[in-house]
Amino acid sequence: MKVLVPVKRVVDYNVKVRVKSDGTGVDIANVKMSMNPFDEIAVEEATRLKEKGVVTEVIAVSCGVAQCQETLRTAMAIGADRAILVETAEELQPLAVAKLLKALVEKEQPQLVILGKQAIDDDCNQTGQMLAALLGWPQATFASKVDVADGKAVVMREVDGGMETLSLSLPAIITTDLRLNEPRYVTLPNIMKAKKKQLDNFKPEDLGVDVKPRLKTLKVSEPPKRSAGIKVPDVATLVDKLRNEAKVI
Amino acid sequence: MTALVIAEHDNASIRPATLNTVTAAAQCGGDVHVLVAGLNAGAAAQAASQIAGVAKIIHVDGAHFEHGLAENMAAQVIALASSYSHILFPATASGKNIAPRVAALLDVGQISDITKVDAVDTFERPIYAGNAIAIVQSLDAIKVITVRTTGFDAAAATGGSAAVDTVTGVADSGKSTFVGSEIAKSDRPELTAAKIIVSGGRALGSAEKFNEVMTPLADKLGAALGASRAAVDAGYAPNDWQVGQTGKIVAPQLYIAAGISGAIQHLAGMKDSKVIVAINKDAEAPIFSVADYGLEADLFTAVPELVAAL
Repeated sequence: MKVLVPVKRVVDYNVKVRVKSDGTGVDIANVKMSMNPFDEIAVEEATRLKEKGVVTEVIAVSCGVAQCQETLRTAMAIGADRAILVETAEELQPLAVAKLLKALVEKEQPQLVILGKQAIDDDCNQTGQMLAALLGWPQATFASKVDVADGKAVVMREVDGGMETLSLSLPAIITTDLRLNEPRYVTLPNIMKAKKKQLDNFKPEDLGVDVKPRLKTLKVSEPPKRSAGIKVPDVATLVDKLRNEAKVI
Repeated sequence: MTALVIAEHDNASIRPATLNTVTAAAQCGGDVHVLVAGLNAGAAAQAASQIAGVAKIIHVDGAHFEHGLAENMAAQVIALASSYSHILFPATASGKNIAPRVAALLDVGQISDITKVDAVDTFERPIYAGNAIAIVQSLDAIKVITVRTTGFDAAAATGGSAAVDTVTGVADSGKSTFVGSEIAKSDRPELTAAKIIVSGGRALGSAEKFNEVMTPLADKLGAALGASRAAVDAGYAPNDWQVGQTGKIVAPQLYIAAGISGAIQHLAGMKDSKVIVAINKDAEAPIFSVADYGLEADLFTAVPELVAAL
């Protein structure tokens, strides 16, 4: 059984982005880029399924600029067997990515696609669910435990108020939450090995997908700033301020 | 122009997030209809009909809607979609699960987590953990939207008198089944609807200490309990208590952060709170930069002192 794992190249989670002064977006020139953390969890989960013998091949996919190759090499250093880059300099929104992935699913015929639940740049939380809809597959989002056996995936997922378990018929889509696993550190030998693994390149046109954006960004601005208040010397002062100044208790 | 709100409910009553979503829907300019799909959800449909500003309730009943499976819910929304210009879900675990499925089936882009309606096709939404606000215009005919509930006031739960239209639902997809759930029973207010939240971080050191120190404070204030990602990852608090970019987004009247340093991902989830109190022994902790009242102290002495003083 093959597993497809889409990964996105995003601004590293430690970077505090700055809004461009002309309001056209955030400045990502010369900032550190990394694999979206949720996607790293997805690659790790797919790799563990392979190590357990449930899965035979893990294919990492990324859609975007040429530098996404680095992200794919990281995925292969974690454990993906090969990778596919759908290269374009166009802005890709979740629906377009879902359509590109659908075309690749039809080509590769995986039984499972594991994606991160959300990319930490646009914070959309859409692509996995959209791909499931386009393929007519069932979905389990926000997964914190995955068991695959007998043509089914049993997934425990994080919901408001607690946890819920679903059983999906394969083929299926799973999106990862933070507590699914802790991705391994990539080792130097594995980074070297990843450099030799197969990486195929497509263009959106090769897959017959129109990637035109459906949302137009009119302006990007700084959020209203919250200024620091005061330091209080002790608990008594704090209680007094909350009661008599802020009047919230 | 009519907007459809997909209600979040427990079959007997309507969850508060639905009310904020109704407010956002009303700002889109037309009538507001609400879909209540569930099992024996008549009471929830009745409750929805009381919401101020709602013109019609569509009630769909069936065993395959009981647990809100995305496949069935999305198919049901699609069956109704052609009558609507806007389809809105609360940006809760359930809404986020279903909405993109609907958008893809309609071949439209989705606008996630809106905090403001600027025009019928133009919305504001935070990106990069709230470090930037984007104004986006949808180029599609139907707008599929998830609503960040902290961005909109709740519509009044009573005062309306919408007609309830019971319709036959779509069939079960048969592709996924609900196995079970572990939902914590709690008398505390819901985290996203609470007026006061007390939140603990990694400094608590263990699940026992978290409970021992934070619970009395929450009890005293009638508050919901929250946690930082670090505390949840360490197993000190349950997953669904996580406040932050990828957890719960909250904006209570009072947010008390104890032993939380204040990573940008955590600030993204609580910086719209009205009053923020930070208790931390590290004077340099970033949480102090957003706190209205900062107390530089060891939480293990300060929090019990606070409980005693309240």
